Amino acid sequence: MNQALAAQEQTVLAAEEAARLESESLDVTEVASRWRAGARHPLTMLMEQMSDLFISMGWEIGEGPELEHEWFNFDALNFDEDHPARALQDTFFVDPVERHLVLRTHTSPVQIRSLLTRPLPVYVAAVGRTFRTDEVDVTHTPVFHQIEGIAIDRGLTMAHLRGTLEHMARSLFGTEAQIRLRPNYFPFTEPSAEMDVWVTNLKGGPRWIEWGGCGMVNPNVLRSAGIDPDEYQGFAFGMGIERTLMFRDDVRDMHDIVEGDIRFSQQFGMVV
Amino acid sequence: MRVPLSWLGEWVDLPDDVSLESVHAALVRVGFEEEDVHGAALTGPIVVGQVLSAEPEPQSNGKTINWCSVDVGEPEPRGIVCGAHNFGPGDKVVVTLPGAVLPGPFPIAARTTYGHVSDGMIASARELGLGDEHDGILRLADLGLDPGVGADAIHLLGLDDAAVEINVTPDRGYALSIRGVAREYSHSTGAAFRDPAQAVTVATGSGFDVRVDDAAPIRGRVGASVFVTRAVRGIDPGRPTPPWMASRLRLAGIRSISLPVDITNYVMLELGQPIHGYDLARLTGGIAVRRATPGETLETLDGQVRTLSPEDLLITDDSGPIGLAGVMGGATTELSGATTDVLIEAANFDPISIARTARRHKLPSEASRRFERGVDPAVAAPAAQRVVDLLVQLAGGTADPLGSTLDESRPPQPIRLAPGRPAALTGVGYTLDEVRDALRLIGATVDEGAAGSDDWSVTPPTWRPDLIDDASLVEEVARITGYDRIPSLLPQAPAGRGLTRAQLVRRRVGTTLAAAGGTEVLAYPFLSLAAIERFEPGAPSVRLANPLDPQADRLRRSLLPGLLEVARRNLGRGLPDLALFELGSVVRPEAGAPAGTDFIPPGSRRPDDATLAALDRSIPSQGWRVAALFLGEALPKRPGAAAEPAGIADALDAARQVGLATATRIVPERGEHPALHPGRTAELRVGDRVVGVAGELLPSIAAELDLPRVVALLELDLDVLLELGAVDVQAAPLVTMPAATQDLSLVVPSATPAGDVLAAVVEGAGELLEHAALVDDYRGPGLPDGTKSLTFALRFRAPDRTLTAAEASEAKLAGAARAGELFGAAVRE
Repeated sequence: MNQALAAQEQTVLAAEEAARLESESLDVTEVASRWRAGARHPLTMLMEQMSDLFISMGWEIGEGPELEHEWFNFDALNFDEDHPARALQDTFFVDPVERHLVLRTHTSPVQIRSLLTRPLPVYVAAVGRTFRTDEVDVTHTPVFHQIEGIAIDRGLTMAHLRGTLEHMARSLFGTEAQIRLRPNYFPFTEPSAEMDVWVTNLKGGPRWIEWGGCGMVNPNVLRSAGIDPDEYQGFAFGMGIERTLMFRDDVRDMHDIVEGDIRFSQQFGMVV
Repeated sequence: MRVPLSWLGEWVDLPDDVSLESVHAALVRVGFEEEDVHGAALTGPIVVGQVLSAEPEPQSNGKTINWCSVDVGEPEPRGIVCGAHNFGPGDKVVVTLPGAVLPGPFPIAARTTYGHVSDGMIASARELGLGDEHDGILRLADLGLDPGVGADAIHLLGLDDAAVEINVTPDRGYALSIRGVAREYSHSTGAAFRDPAQAVTVATGSGFDVRVDDAAPIRGRVGASVFVTRAVRGIDPGRPTPPWMASRLRLAGIRSISLPVDITNYVMLELGQPIHGYDLARLTGGIAVRRATPGETLETLDGQVRTLSPEDLLITDDSGPIGLAGVMGGATTELSGATTDVLIEAANFDPISIARTARRHKLPSEASRRFERGVDPAVAAPAAQRVVDLLVQLAGGTADPLGSTLDESRPPQPIRLAPGRPAALTGVGYTLDEVRDALRLIGATVDEGAAGSDDWSVTPPTWRPDLIDDASLVEEVARITGYDRIPSLLPQAPAGRGLTRAQLVRRRVGTTLAAAGGTEVLAYPFLSLAAIERFEPGAPSVRLANPLDPQADRLRRSLLPGLLEVARRNLGRGLPDLALFELGSVVRPEAGAPAGTDFIPPGSRRPDDATLAALDRSIPSQGWRVAALFLGEALPKRPGAAAEPAGIADALDAARQVGLATATRIVPERGEHPALHPGRTAELRVGDRVVGVAGELLPSIAAELDLPRVVALLELDLDVLLELGAVDVQAAPLVTMPAATQDLSLVVPSATPAGDVLAAVVEGAGELLEHAALVDDYRGPGLPDGTKSLTFALRFRAPDRTLTAAEASEAKLAGAARAGELFGAAVRE
C-alpha cells in the first residue's frame, strides 16, 4: 500500500517536474550574448607568435626606445653620416635636428643596445614599432612594425642564418616553406642578402615573396659595441610585420591595418 | 638602370634564345633585383616604302587628304590614304602593312576611308613609339637613312629591341652602366665579356688650362680627383641622332635632345662616366674647379637661378660659375643648336660633395646619381675619347689637340684576406681556387704571398670603391659562386630566460582586455599641440622637425587623444558601440630638460661609458601605457532586456581587469582631470601611488569632437603597475568552517564616498569579516535630507569554529562603530 502510494507520488512529482521544464523552455537561438566579443590587433598577435618562436629556440626578446638617439639608429650601425637614409626624406627628426634625436627607422638600434648590455654570446630578437616619413597608402604607412634578430657567437656563419630563417618560415607558413637568399646591400651587414620565402598556402597559389633583409653583421657594427670582430661574428635579419600579415592573410590595403576600424581586428578575434 | 638587350649584347655574349626573363634571372643571381621590362610593344609587317605619288583630295569635312601610291618592295605599289602633308613623291617612309600592331595596341588593317581602300598606313614617329615631339610623317631622310625599299623597318629603327630594368644597390655604382651590367652578366653566366673602356684608343689633349683649387674639402676629400677635357671642332649641328642610338637612349629612359647631347648621354650610359659638354665658343679662358663663395649664384641649364652654399663644388671659367660640378651644368655655356665646337669634360668628383649638393638643391640627376655611388676614376679618359670618336664619326667633327688630363685619384689600396675567411663567414667549403678565381673574375688582383700563406693581399679594381675590408671581399666570393651554395644549419643558442616579466604582463593585459570585450587598436602617435593640451595643458611635448602633417607635429604623451580619433573614425563608418583599447608607448619629456645632444659619437668604435650614459640621458622619457575607450551601448538591446549604455562603469571594470593582469589592486578615488566630467572622474590608485585615471569625457569636448555625450575613458601607467604588481602570491589556507552572512545598512552624509565607508567597516569588523560588498545606495523618504543609506552584504567566518549569529553581529557592529567614528555613520534598522 505504502509502496503504491510512493509510486503514485513519484509519478505526480515527475509530471510536475516535466510540466515545469516544459514551461521553462526557451528558444536557444534567440539567447543573446551578455559578453561582448573583443579582439586583439593581428599585428600584435603576429609579433607575439614570432617572439614565441624565438623564445622556444632559447633566444630572448630585446627592447629599446622608439624615440632614439641618432647614434644608435645610424652611426653605430655603420651608416655613414652622408648616407641618404639619414637625409630628411626618410627619417622623422626631432626639432631641432642638430640635437640628434630621431624616431627609430628600424628595430636595429636594439641590436646595438643588446650587444652593449648583454654578455656574449647574444641571441636576441627585437620586435616593435618603427617610423619612416612615408605617407600612408595601399602598401605604406609611416608607423610600422618590424622583427629583427641578431646572433653573435663564435663561429656563426651564413649557414646558421639560413637555418634560422628556414625554421622561422616553416613555423609561420608551413613545412613546405623555403628560403632563397639574393645578394644585396645594407650598411650594417656584409655579406648582405635579400631573403625571399617560398609560400605554398597562399590565395592565388605558391610563390616567392620578398620578405626582408639579412646578412652577416658588419665588423664595424661589432666594433661600435666594443666587440672584437676577429673573435666573435654573427648574423642579423629583419622583416616587416605588416608586410608579413598582408601576404600571409591576404590583406590588400594598408589602410585597413592602421586605421583602427574595429571590423579589421574583429575578423581575427584572438587568433592570427 | 635600364639595359637594352642589343647594347648589352655588344659587350657580352648573349645566347641566341636570350629573353628579358633570362637576363633578369641571370642578374638577380648576382644581386640585381628585377624592376621592370621596357620596349618591343609593336609587331610587323612594318617596312620601308617609297612614295611614288601623292594626290591631294579635298574632302567635304574641310580636310585635304593625300591619296598615295607607295612602293613597298612588292610587285605592285599599294594605295594608302594619308592625312599628313610633310612629305612628297620620292620620300622614303615607314609603312605599316595590314596585320601590324602599333603601340596602343593599334592593329592595322586594310580599310575603306575617304572613298579609297587604304592598304596600310604611313607612320609618324609618335605612332611608332619613337617619341612625341615630331608631328607628321617620319621621313627616313630626316634620320640620315636611305634604306632599300621593302626593308624591315622594325629592325632598321631598333624597334625590336627591349630593355630590362634592374635595381642597383648604392654600393654598386659601377653597375649604373652597360659596362658594369655586361660584366655582371658575364659573372652570372660565364659568357665572354669585352670591356668597352678598352675598346677605344685613348689620345690625350693638351693646352687647355684646368685647375682644381679646393680650399674647403669635405671630410678631407678634395672635390675633384680626375678632370679630363677634350675638344672637337666643326661638328654639323644639322646631323640627326642615328636611329640605333635614339632607340637605345629611349629604352634606357633618356630623351633624345640633339646629337651632341645624345652622344654624351650615350657614353655615360655605356661607361658609367657622366660627361659634360660645353660650347667651346662660349667658354672664357680655362676652367677652375673651386667651392662656391657665400651668396654666389648660378643659373643652371633648367633655367633656375640657384643660390650656392660654400660646400657646393663649382666649375668656373673666367666669367664665373658655369656649372654645379657633377650635378648640373650652367645655362651660359650649354650646348645649343648652333654649337659647332665642343669641349668635353669627364671628371671624377667626390661622392659626398656631390650627394650633399644634389640634396641641398633637390637636383638628383643621372650624373649625380652616379657620382654619389662612386665612378671608376680610370674610365674618365676612355669615356672622353669615346665621345670624341662618336662626335667625329656621327656629327662630322674633327678631333682637336686641345685638352687636358688631371689625375690625382688614389689607387685602390690592397686588403688583407685570410683565404679561409670566406668559408668561415659563409659556411661554404670553398677551395682556394674558388676564392682566387672569384676575386680575379671581379677584376681584383690577388697576391697570395708565399705558398700556403694565410695572408693574401687583394687589390680591388678601380671601379669597386665599395670593397674596403675582408667582409666585402667575402661577399664577392659568395656572390660570384652563388648564394644558393650556402647550406642550412640551425644554431644552438644557450638556454634563454623566456619573456621578461614586463613582456608577459603586457601580453596578459592585452589578452585580458580583449577577453573582456575590448578591441585592440594601434593609433599613430602624431598629435596636434591642441590635442595634447586638451588633456594636459602646458605639459611639454616632443616636436618633430619634419612631420608629415604640419598640424600633427607632436608625439603623444597619452594614448587617449589617439583613441578619440579612432573612435571618431569608427563612428563615421556607422559603428556606434565601441570598446577600444591600446597598449603603447608615450613620450613624456621633462619640462626644461634638454633633449638630445649637440654631439654625435663616431661609429665603428664603442663610446666610453660616460658618453653612452649621456646619450641615454638625453633621450626623453618614454613609457608603456594602456588606455581604453567606451561609448554607445555596452550591451545591446535584446529579447527581454533593454540596452545598457556604456559609461564610467566600463572604464572602472577595465581598470580592474588590468589590475588582475598586473597583480595589483586598483582602487578608484574621486579625482579631477581637465578633460573629464568633474563629477565622473576617478583617480586610480594602488596603495598610495596614483597609477592612472578613469572617467567620462567632458561633454563640451565630446561635442567639439562630434562624439556622443558619454565617452568613458581609462588610462593606466603600465610601468608603475609593473613595479607595484605582486611577483609572488602568498596563499592563505582556506577555512572550511561554515560562514555567517549579514547585511549592514549605514546612514551617512550623501557626499561621503561609499568606498571610504566600506573601508571603515572592513577595518572595524576585524579578522572575522571575510568579504564585504556594497549592494545598495538608497536616498529618499525615511532618511534625513542630505543623507544616504548604504547597504553592505557581509560574510563572516572563523578559522576554528562555527560562528554564532551573536559573534557575527558583534563584528558587524564593530565595523559600523568604526564608520560612525570616521563618518558619523548611523546604523539604519
